[in-house]
Amino acid sequence: MKLPQPPLPRSLQRRPARPGADGAGPNGQGPHDQKGAALTPKERAIEVPVSVVGWLDERTGASPFLRGFLYRKVPKGTNWFYTLGSASMFAFLSQAVTGVFLAMYYEPDTSRAYESASRITNELFLGELVRGMHRWGSTVMLVLVFLHLGRTFFFGAYKYPRELNWIIGVILLVLTLLMGFTGYLLPFDQRSFWATVVGVNLNSSGPIIGPYLADFLRGGPEFGSYTLSRFYAMHMLLIPGLIAALIGAHLYLVAKLGTTAPPWLKAEKPKALAKEEI
Amino acid sequence: MAEPKKNPKHRKSRYTADRGIAGAWEGETVTRRRVFEIGAQGVGGIAVAAFALPALGFALGPMFEDQLPDHFQDVGPEKDFNDETYVAKVIEIAPGAGEAGKTTIYVRKTDPSRDQQNADQPYVAISTRCAHLGCPVRYVQASRRFICPCHGGVYGFQGEVTGGPPVRPLDRFYTKAEGGRVLVGPRFSLNSKLERFPHPRDPSNHLDGLWQYLYPARPST
Repeated sequence: MKLPQPPLPRSLQRRPARPGADGAGPNGQGPHDQKGAALTPKERAIEVPVSVVGWLDERTGASPFLRGFLYRKVPKGTNWFYTLGSASMFAFLSQAVTGVFLAMYYEPDTSRAYESASRITNELFLGELVRGMHRWGSTVMLVLVFLHLGRTFFFGAYKYPRELNWIIGVILLVLTLLMGFTGYLLPFDQRSFWATVVGVNLNSSGPIIGPYLADFLRGGPEFGSYTLSRFYAMHMLLIPGLIAALIGAHLYLVAKLGTTAPPWLKAEKPKALAKEEI
Repeated sequence: MAEPKKNPKHRKSRYTADRGIAGAWEGETVTRRRVFEIGAQGVGGIAVAAFALPALGFALGPMFEDQLPDHFQDVGPEKDFNDETYVAKVIEIAPGAGEAGKTTIYVRKTDPSRDQQNADQPYVAISTRCAHLGCPVRYVQASRRFICPCHGGVYGFQGEVTGGPPVRPLDRFYTKAEGGRVLVGPRFSLNSKLERFPHPRDPSNHLDGLWQYLYPARPST
């Protein structure tokens, strides 16, 4: 026994094709399928993202670029060690996202910093989780960066023509360390305060420029209220901006130069060439 | 070798017409395109410098200016202090930083028989900032020594280094006695002979012999 169909509103009912319509082109009749039948709303809904992407692609020319960037050929022997660079980048992205939201609740003032940081941990909804992700994520990022550096070194991936990318990577490593240094002060408890005092005075021990460097970090001759706001500005504006820009340059060079094969794979010589050697 | 090398002056004419540049006219030495290139880049450079230089100076300014007030702070009546032991007092060292801007100092009366150096100061006000890396030292009366908790720096009764990594004695503050009160002023540093350096240096900066020139003082202090 067949139950009657529930009544559909007119707009959702499939309309028959107009006489003479062949589906080749819509002559003001709305979208049609290949048989010339008018598209259902569901089919039309599927068309929307496709046409949005098409609209963007037609105006930016992004698809040839993205095809070259994302569907590169990689050498034989590519393995899990080659994912450490992307992992470092995602660690940075995670730090950026959690950091932006922590900045909504944190107050970089010498009398408010500790209170606001402990309020994030103890009172705010999910504050402990987000602060924890940022705090442990910084360690994870450093570990990943060092593993990525080790992979590049031991696979010989720093050699010609990739020296510039090695240099950019070393600058990124230094900037990552600076992120750790500047971020450590922000909770403003006894440990972070004295650790940063020692860290700044370590800078001061460099001859000639050391004292100036320490004054730049402190914002003056003594550790004061400007020190905290300087560290905050460096931690969330200056260094992340530099890191983001250099990650862009790093990725551009990876896409342009390609990746290396692991060192244990020997290059396969063409047979004809091998014969001539004998 | 090629002939023009022998006489480089005649290799290139200064006239664009002689160099075969399209659209050159009689007597022209610089093309219109080149003038506009240099001009546009110059204008762009000036525009960038107009905001970048003041911003950079704003960020680097504290390296060259003395932010510490040159004022003296009252730390108590003269009868609080003697020349046998140190008394801990708290002064504000970074104005506007709340609790974080305060520091402990140790004060005693100057003993003319012991303090030949800096005898012009009526009181000895010792900074607790360790001369190694700036941790806070504490005074232990039983051993008459200042001891740093971070890396094991030890200083004698005068603040001179008796052990551990510090590179020079503990800093001091200028003092004066006025109307029965003891006043503590700006900081000064000492080398290992307890000679005074009116421009205070950071911890970890050596001040003996030629070392003092490797760690320049802040220009305006």
